[in-house]
Amino acid sequence: MRFVRWLAVLPFLGVLIGVPLLNQVEPMVLGMPFVLAWLVMWIVVSAAIMTIIYTVDPANRDDTP
Amino acid sequence: MNAALAIIALTIVGVLALGLRARRGKEMDLEQWTVGGRGFGTVLVFVLMAGEIYTTFTFLGGSGYAYGHGAAAYYILGYGCLAYILSYWLLPAIWRYAHQHRLISQPDFFARKYDSPALGVLIAVVGIVALVPYLVLQLKGLGIIVDAAGYGAISPTIAVWIGAAVVTVYVMVSGVHGSAWTAVAKDILILAVVLFLGIYLPWHYYGGIGAMFTAVHEAKPGFLALPAQGESPAWFVSTVLLTALGFYMWPHTFGSLFTSKNDRAFRRNAALMPLYQLILLFVFFVGFTAILQVPGLKGPDIDLSLLRLSMQTFDPWFIGVIGAAGVLTALVPGSIILVAAATLIANTLFRVAHAKATDATVSRVARLMVPVVALVAVWFTLSGGQTIVALLLMGYAFVTQLFPSLVCSLLPRNPVTKEGAFVGICVGVATVAVVTITHTTFGTLFPALPQAVKDLNIGVVALVLNVASTAVVSAVTRHRAAYA
Repeated sequence: MRFVRWLAVLPFLGVLIGVPLLNQVEPMVLGMPFVLAWLVMWIVVSAAIMTIIYTVDPANRDDTP
Repeated sequence: MNAALAIIALTIVGVLALGLRARRGKEMDLEQWTVGGRGFGTVLVFVLMAGEIYTTFTFLGGSGYAYGHGAAAYYILGYGCLAYILSYWLLPAIWRYAHQHRLISQPDFFARKYDSPALGVLIAVVGIVALVPYLVLQLKGLGIIVDAAGYGAISPTIAVWIGAAVVTVYVMVSGVHGSAWTAVAKDILILAVVLFLGIYLPWHYYGGIGAMFTAVHEAKPGFLALPAQGESPAWFVSTVLLTALGFYMWPHTFGSLFTSKNDRAFRRNAALMPLYQLILLFVFFVGFTAILQVPGLKGPDIDLSLLRLSMQTFDPWFIGVIGAAGVLTALVPGSIILVAAATLIANTLFRVAHAKATDATVSRVARLMVPVVALVAVWFTLSGGQTIVALLLMGYAFVTQLFPSLVCSLLPRNPVTKEGAFVGICVGVATVAVVTITHTTFGTLFPALPQAVKDLNIGVVALVLNVASTAVVSAVTRHRAAYA
């Protein structure tokens, strides 16, 4: 859990550092401007990361009240 | 009456019936009324918290912002995503403390954590000042939607009065239960409508989303990425960060999180909310489609882009369905805000003035405050002009000032004293007010600095001053306490 928790830092880097670096329209990805597609990707990745954290976090086991 | 208005009217009646029915089988004491007896499961907590996020501001404002500002609208996707990640750790911690001490409002939380009723009063005042513009914005949106979707048959003034009356009635009767039930209806409808519009409209006018973006890119080069000046990457980063921190600091958000039965609901929602947020993407698609199809909307009229484009495309009955979804995005968050504002007044301000008041009295006062707050909001809606949007942004900046003392109070050893929290919040709020009223920006303050610094969100200044004064005053008071 301790290491997995650090995955949550990645979306912050992706959004706060990635967007200024990748602020461009082309190439279009899935029909969307590149920077928008980049953000959408991070939203999906965030959901995946939070699912992983939820799964391995012992606080969410059924035997804990 | 045309088909659109009939559908909207039916929806409003439906909302009223649902909101009133929500009371069934509940003994409506203060705890039931404000935080649903802390008995809501994951689904209700989810729709309640999502209900606050998908307001008229996102429905009309999100599409309008994409239409008028282009890529700057992306920031709405960015801050939500980061706020949800924070929520995984932040919300369970707040909830556990509130549950343990049976707290029902945000000022309670601060007053208890810092052992300072005065701090509670400050938080309540800041909360009320921030909430009223938020409610006004919902009512304004309601007026716009009914006016447009009713093809002018009903004036915005009448629509605002009807909307406010409906919400007041069901909030007085059912409290947060009414909000939760209507939030379920709202989320289903808004999800369906926005997905449909976001896919159908680009396809109808351009043959697809990619073709639509290509056309916009050709017509307005650079519009789909952040510009080098103004709403630049520096603006984007500072705004996303500030808004993400302020996201859960609203008094009504605290209210909603106290309704949860357990803290696991928040952790589960932290994984679901980001995906749900993608609904905003489709709102943007509508706004971008409107750019070349209903050109010429300027200033506050950009918020009409979704409705104008829809009216140009669909039959009146479907405009009614869109209007109904829009009306729900105004009424449901409106009801949540009303519960929160009334609770702040009754449970914090009234209790401080009348220390011996029983829960039953406070509960009665809270309900009596609902029509009062609603009337104030209606008055502002009907008399206020453009300034309301500025007020809302100010409200957001206000509540963000609570973040440092809140987070510190959750640490095992809180480095902040009650004096530090009090002074820090006052300094932050005062800075926000001065900056907003004088229209200060980094550019006007420091004209010589590089462009990236000039574009920073001015809210950063308030937060930095807030943290600095909190730290200094805490250090001084702690030092004095140690030698006392």
